[in-house]
Amino acid sequence: MIMMMNHTRRLFLKGSLIAMSAITTGIFSLLKPLIAFAARNQPAFSAKTEADAIAAIFPGEQITTSDAIIIGVHDVVENGAVVPVEISTKLPAVETITILVEKNPNPLIANFNLSPECSGFIATRIKVAEPSDIIAVVRSNGKLFSTRKFVEVIAGGCG
Amino acid sequence: MTSSIKVRTSMREGKTTVRAIIRHPMHTGYATDPDTGELVPAHYIENVTVQHGDKTLLQCDWSRAISSNPYLSFEFSGAQPGDLLRITWLDNKGESDSIETRIQ
Repeated sequence: MIMMMNHTRRLFLKGSLIAMSAITTGIFSLLKPLIAFAARNQPAFSAKTEADAIAAIFPGEQITTSDAIIIGVHDVVENGAVVPVEISTKLPAVETITILVEKNPNPLIANFNLSPECSGFIATRIKVAEPSDIIAVVRSNGKLFSTRKFVEVIAGGCG
Repeated sequence: MTSSIKVRTSMREGKTTVRAIIRHPMHTGYATDPDTGELVPAHYIENVTVQHGDKTLLQCDWSRAISSNPYLSFEFSGAQPGDLLRITWLDNKGESDSIETRIQ
């Protein structure tokens, strides 16, 4: 009798597991279009070190240093709250441009997904908390390349 | 009310340069208000999407470290004068705005 009960219990558990996974799959297939639209990598943005941010946004990927990426930024900036930055590259088929600031509380600043029509160019203005390297990572033809440039900041800009 | 987004386009040798400024405080959540001495809650744009007609040209994920009143510039090819360009932003409070302009 006990054996019997165990058996039915197993069956019930098995059945509910299958049902659960069916429901979860259903929910996830519903959510998929939403996730595709807002593909924000929150762990990467919350990371507190450059290495953790890179690992979260490019998990397990190799990044090659490249002099084909130019970070256009002043060597010395007065006000860290507004630092104009231009990333440009001659690398072909640029898919993403990612900007990081090594010493900021959250080093990942921005990630840009470019369609094939876009040139390898992004300009924006960023906050730099203290003198730090600025890092640009470019995905070109599926491979990652990066370069870095040090910026001296007189008044930090995390206000 | 005027749009929070100002956008300008210019065409040269088949390439269109887009320059946009968005009016937004971009509060990090780390700074104190000098009047009250309290932390100003984080309020920043997380996502900006630029579309050319129905096609997404550029999709930006931003952190709180983009400067207040964000500036964004990029360039792309394949546009004709008069084409529709749409810029949309969404912030961490769920607020959003968008603007449509004709490429010139």
